Amino acid sequence: MTTELRARIADALGNERVRANIRRALDGLVVKRLSAFPDEEELTRLRGQGEAIRAHALACLPELLEELERNCTANGIRVHWAETCEEANRSVLGILHRHDARMLIKGKSMVSEELGLNTFLEARGIEVVETDLGELIVQLAGERPFHIIAPAIHKDRKNIAELFKERFPELPYSEDAEELTASARELLREKFRGAVAGLTGVNFAVAETGTLALVENEGNGRMCSTAPDVHIAVTGIEKVIARLDQLPPLLTLLTRSATGQAITTYVNMIDSPRREGELDGPGEVHLILLDNGRSRILADPELQATLRCIRCGACMNHCPVYTRLGGHAYGTVYPGPIGSILEPQLQGLDRVGELADASSLCGACGEVCPVRIPIPQLLNRLRAEGAGEGPESRVPGRGSRRKPLQALIWRLWAWVHASPRRYRLMSGMLGRTRRLASRFAGPWTRSRATPQLASESLHRLAREEGFSDDRP
Amino acid sequence: MSKPDAVYFFGTCLIDLLFPRAGLCAMRLLEREGIRVIYPQEQTCCGQPAYNSGYRDEARTVARAQLDAFPGDIPVVVPSASCAGMLRVHYPRLFAGDADESRALDLAGRVYELTEFLIRVLDLQPADLGSPLRVTLHNSCSARRELGVADLALDLLDRLGNVQVIEPDHAYECCGFGGTFAVKQPEISAAMAADKAVAIAATGAPLLVGQDCGCLMNLEGTFRHRGSGPEVKHIAELLWDRTHDD
Repeated sequence: MTTELRARIADALGNERVRANIRRALDGLVVKRLSAFPDEEELTRLRGQGEAIRAHALACLPELLEELERNCTANGIRVHWAETCEEANRSVLGILHRHDARMLIKGKSMVSEELGLNTFLEARGIEVVETDLGELIVQLAGERPFHIIAPAIHKDRKNIAELFKERFPELPYSEDAEELTASARELLREKFRGAVAGLTGVNFAVAETGTLALVENEGNGRMCSTAPDVHIAVTGIEKVIARLDQLPPLLTLLTRSATGQAITTYVNMIDSPRREGELDGPGEVHLILLDNGRSRILADPELQATLRCIRCGACMNHCPVYTRLGGHAYGTVYPGPIGSILEPQLQGLDRVGELADASSLCGACGEVCPVRIPIPQLLNRLRAEGAGEGPESRVPGRGSRRKPLQALIWRLWAWVHASPRRYRLMSGMLGRTRRLASRFAGPWTRSRATPQLASESLHRLAREEGFSDDRP
Repeated sequence: MSKPDAVYFFGTCLIDLLFPRAGLCAMRLLEREGIRVIYPQEQTCCGQPAYNSGYRDEARTVARAQLDAFPGDIPVVVPSASCAGMLRVHYPRLFAGDADESRALDLAGRVYELTEFLIRVLDLQPADLGSPLRVTLHNSCSARRELGVADLALDLLDRLGNVQVIEPDHAYECCGFGGTFAVKQPEISAAMAADKAVAIAATGAPLLVGQDCGCLMNLEGTFRHRGSGPEVKHIAELLWDRTHDD
């Protein structure tokens, strides 16, 4: 493990206040999800449907993307393709320059985080304003989102009150959630009024109708996509689905898995700029479709399942590692179990492959995933990729995590355990010393007593008690 | 499946080296039900440690030795959901496209986790000779999620008439063992184990049982390090201890 990751883990585990905040918040989300799916059979059916819809979309992704582009274009939405983050950022900047926009208001978008869009634009003199309350809070704090659907979940009311006091000394101090929200609302209304351009993410892009579906609870997504004259939507190419009638089951899975809601407060269906005779809505709508490594993931029949993700965050809410560490310790845009399979594939195993090790493979993530991504299986696959074993692949950094000493230890281990005679010799030796091999010393014993080896192995006891060794 | 005449017992390396009594009690339970228990002396380890560390070639080498050790069509009973999951769920993946794929699939189809075998095949009706006892149960993640047999351990404990089971808070959560995870990520593992230990201690039960010695080793070690906690036993030990006269 790199020292950076170890340091972040130590920081996270040492922060009692944040740990309490996230445990409380995530436990709440776990309960809400559970009560949103009271019928287990119905949930099983829905997950199967969700998986099938997403798997189908990925199976014919190139065709669906062409269909999406055709129908969006026919509706008046301008489609831009970006192979890299740099290209996507340039696209956004180009649009802003054409409209002489000095400020961009933003709805919640994890893809924009992946792009590093805020930093990119701010370096070029554009003011960026996050309008999702959680995103605004982390922006004011100079942080990154802690959780993909609840960016400021690690902060309690007092944290937020202090942050507002520091950033807006003119406002009266309050620790009341409603008053804080009202203050933020006032500040943001001003921004909405003056903005020329707004940017949002997309939850699903429907190929057959050229519609961008966007769900949210605060109304800021609707403001960003309707109040300014230009709306820019950014999303990954995997977010496309074939048909409009596939949307309801996916939205049902998404909102219930994420927050336990049957439906979000706002469901935006964006299919064109303002039409003639309409009184409001943007004059221009742009859709930026980002690849950034997704085509490569798509090409692998097993790892492709990563792209089924609908970004509900349920895997993190149920993850015992995320629950203890929180999102920042991962050091990536997408944290938690989905991040631990996605980020190594996007950035390379050489850079963040160690994240695949940060899991006990307990399976909680796979159990709740609404589109049944076999996350533990993919973590295992990426560990094999890191060691350079398993099927040939194009995963960047394949084999980079293979360390000579470790490889030697496993080779020796296999040499011993593949031979009953050598295994018996080893266990006999261990039994005589009654001391466990050094692999358990060190890290293990810092928080646990060393296990005691038995003086007689089961092999021996079975023989002594007369259990047969006769195989037919 | 109806009751077979004979079963193989796959003891697992952890039980072999650290908790042989758990394996012995399980074998005695099976034998008492009129089943011939075969313990192949050729068995070693299912290969899971290497498999979960990404060293698939090494895991396959060790797994192949188990294919040799358990031939024929006799059911294989495993006193660990984690190792049973390796044999049943992961062997077919590990050997996909390999010359031994059909042998791996065959073995996978004969594997039973111990509690699963005791309930679903034998419909065990243990006569509880013990005095009233409160216990708490830790289901391993493999039992709960990979094999879906967590209810069966509870069922078995309920069948012991004098045993009352108290569920700890956050029962569904991992204890932090995770095999090599406990060594590779000791800080996270320790944080998980500490929370689990607190939740288990809060039940006030004097005994913790489970069906996986990996979790039990982790928790027992944590209790011992903290200087307090319940006694720890494999479920097979509790079943044997309460149903036979010395």
